[in-house]
Amino acid sequence: MVIFGVTGDLSRKKVMPAIYDLANRGLLPPGFALVGFARRDWADQDFAQIVHDSVREHARTEFREDVWQQLASGIRFVAGDLASDESFDELKRVVDDLDNTRGTHGNHAFYLSIPPSMFPVVVQQLQRSGLAESNQDAWRRVVIEKPFGNNLETAQELNSIVGKVFPSGSVFRIDHYLGKETVQNMLAIRFANNLYEPIWNANYVDHVQITMAEDIGIAGRAGYYDGIGAARDVIQNHLLQLMALTAMEEPTSFQADSVRIEKEKVLGAIVLPSDLTSHTARGQYAAGWQGGVEVCGYLDEDGINKDSITETFAAVRLDIDTRRWAGVPFYLRAGKRLGRRVTEVAVVFKKAPHQIFGASSTQELSNNAMVFRMQPDEGMTVRFGSKVPGTALEVRDVTMDFAYGDSFTEASPEAYERLILDVLLGDPPLFPRHEEVELQWKILDPILEHWSALGQPEQYASGGWGPHESYDMMTRDGRMWRRP
Amino acid sequence: MINLPNTQANAVAAAINQERRRMGSPAVGMVLTLLVITDELHQADALQAATQAAREHPMRIIGLIERPGRGEAHLDAQIYVGGDEGPGELIACRLHGELAKHAGSVAIPLLLPDTPVVAWWPTAGPDKPADDPIGKHAQRRITDTAESSKYLEELGVRLTHYVPGDTDLAWTRTTPWRSMLAAALDQPVGQITAAKVTVQARNPSGVLLAGWLHKRLNVPTSIAHSKEPGISKVVLTTSLGEVTLSRADGRVAQLEVPGTPASTVALSRRTLAELLAEELRRLDPDEIYAEALVGVESVLHPEVKQRA
Repeated sequence: MVIFGVTGDLSRKKVMPAIYDLANRGLLPPGFALVGFARRDWADQDFAQIVHDSVREHARTEFREDVWQQLASGIRFVAGDLASDESFDELKRVVDDLDNTRGTHGNHAFYLSIPPSMFPVVVQQLQRSGLAESNQDAWRRVVIEKPFGNNLETAQELNSIVGKVFPSGSVFRIDHYLGKETVQNMLAIRFANNLYEPIWNANYVDHVQITMAEDIGIAGRAGYYDGIGAARDVIQNHLLQLMALTAMEEPTSFQADSVRIEKEKVLGAIVLPSDLTSHTARGQYAAGWQGGVEVCGYLDEDGINKDSITETFAAVRLDIDTRRWAGVPFYLRAGKRLGRRVTEVAVVFKKAPHQIFGASSTQELSNNAMVFRMQPDEGMTVRFGSKVPGTALEVRDVTMDFAYGDSFTEASPEAYERLILDVLLGDPPLFPRHEEVELQWKILDPILEHWSALGQPEQYASGGWGPHESYDMMTRDGRMWRRP
Repeated sequence: MINLPNTQANAVAAAINQERRRMGSPAVGMVLTLLVITDELHQADALQAATQAAREHPMRIIGLIERPGRGEAHLDAQIYVGGDEGPGELIACRLHGELAKHAGSVAIPLLLPDTPVVAWWPTAGPDKPADDPIGKHAQRRITDTAESSKYLEELGVRLTHYVPGDTDLAWTRTTPWRSMLAAALDQPVGQITAAKVTVQARNPSGVLLAGWLHKRLNVPTSIAHSKEPGISKVVLTTSLGEVTLSRADGRVAQLEVPGTPASTVALSRRTLAELLAEELRRLDPDEIYAEALVGVESVLHPEVKQRA
């Protein structure tokens, strides 16, 4: 595996530790080799030291010297410039050498942990140097990170650049949320069981809420975040993918193509609200207190322009034009500096059509709900009504909780481990294909365009659950956001 | 006990999860979150009462102990999970300095999802519980007028700012008296013409009971004071004589109804834990309490013409 941009945060904190964890769990092929490429004057040992440090600090599993020695023997570093022919020739030489000495059999994965603006150069260099070519049996795969473009047009551009050199089946778009156990488990729960499918439709479901909340601000990533915003950063990719997984029809198998077909079908059936002003909401976090700490507002962050119109909170209502979901709105919200860090999908059911208990007995009973938690503690919760013990008959909401981390003895593998393993195995059911990415931009582009004309978003209090606009959006539909 | 000095709410949440995991009971089976907004003086009794109430209502208790002052704003937390504390969890958060004014920022990340939130002020409470930074997150807001130094004004404030979901422990203390009186009036006692409540000085429960009687019976109602603990006597004057419920020692009461032999009934003053457990049994708006507050106004100020 060749990593471009090894000096980046993501490489050090996620990718390299995940590779070690895979090695430690015995899941890497024995000949695995790791090549770093960056504009640094390093020798192989220097790079190995960097990997060592990041593994020591961030790996999930325990550090074992023998595993490390085995991994370290396959670590190489190529110092060079992305635009330089010689550097890529050198890279080619190193990779060929590894094929011979380590037995990688000409199977290469290229992990582009670099800004999208650099893709054309790198992809072109990979082609020119012959690194992208493979003989009959060996595979070439390329891994790219979000953002997959800024809108439909740039996404298509990006895709055509990569697509010229790598066939679409070899392009792995990393969306680490989709590597989470729970997302896969959501498919398992939906389709391996008989319990849910009968009620998974407009007859029983009132609406669905998909939330991705972060408690932190932009944390020094002003350069990346400003101009991108919550909708592009997470709704376009994570939340729409979660929505697709929640709403799609049953695939004929768990094969990548079958799952992808169903996701594309449902993404293609998504319709926007007719009035974007009343069914979308945006906000920017204001100064305040979060979790017991005083925090600054978005506009006060270093590197953020005082008149920035970038939203740090976004909420949208989307509908799906299918028989299964007719009249069932999906509410998506994502934001920074909210009450707590949580990502979840809540399927909220209709109220019982007839209530034999009086209004005062059921006053505190809200809609039944099924909540899939992706983080922080992965699991699932069912909310339903139960009688409060005592002489009076009072029905109140209670929850039944299932937490994965504890119920399975082996800790859930971190998302990146799963994804890297899937890249090496060539098994892409969780990776969005470019068709999906483009469909997702088609949904978001009109909303972004609408917002761009509205000026600065509403300020919302840090540590709460977003702007008034977002609450109003739900109230208008006679619904309310769950407190996650 | 887990001690987390100088910490943040998300670290507290993570520590609870870890502790729950360690104890092998990962799932959250709690039915509500109780926010106890208090000061150092009241916290020990209040949190102990809440812990006892948690035996009946497994819940997450979040003690928000305000320690305002000039010191640097920071959060110290202590977590008690399982053990002898009974079911549920107790998180004692000490909010130092400026943070004391922003208790909500500590509470929000720790609220259990999907289940009701109850706020309790063992120290009288804010004037407008529903607008309070903590109170607005709760569907049930429990104040305690008995803790107020100006309890009569306080009852007026409670009425003025009443929002469905408000309740008061001074009102909860009247429950056994109300059920006993209601039971007594199930028998034929004739036409009731007047009511009189005798109560210890500075006891808002007696006043609320008088307000309730006035509203319910629609008769002239008066309040007298005595030195006996709590509410000591209720007399209902009827066309057949007097219905009297009297309790001199705070434990056992005598019930006298015309034409019926006098009987002895248990009517103990209850502990804070019992009062709280009762309050948590019902979380829907307490309309009778609202009515009693209105009754209090007309008992205290009979000259003011009541709104219909």
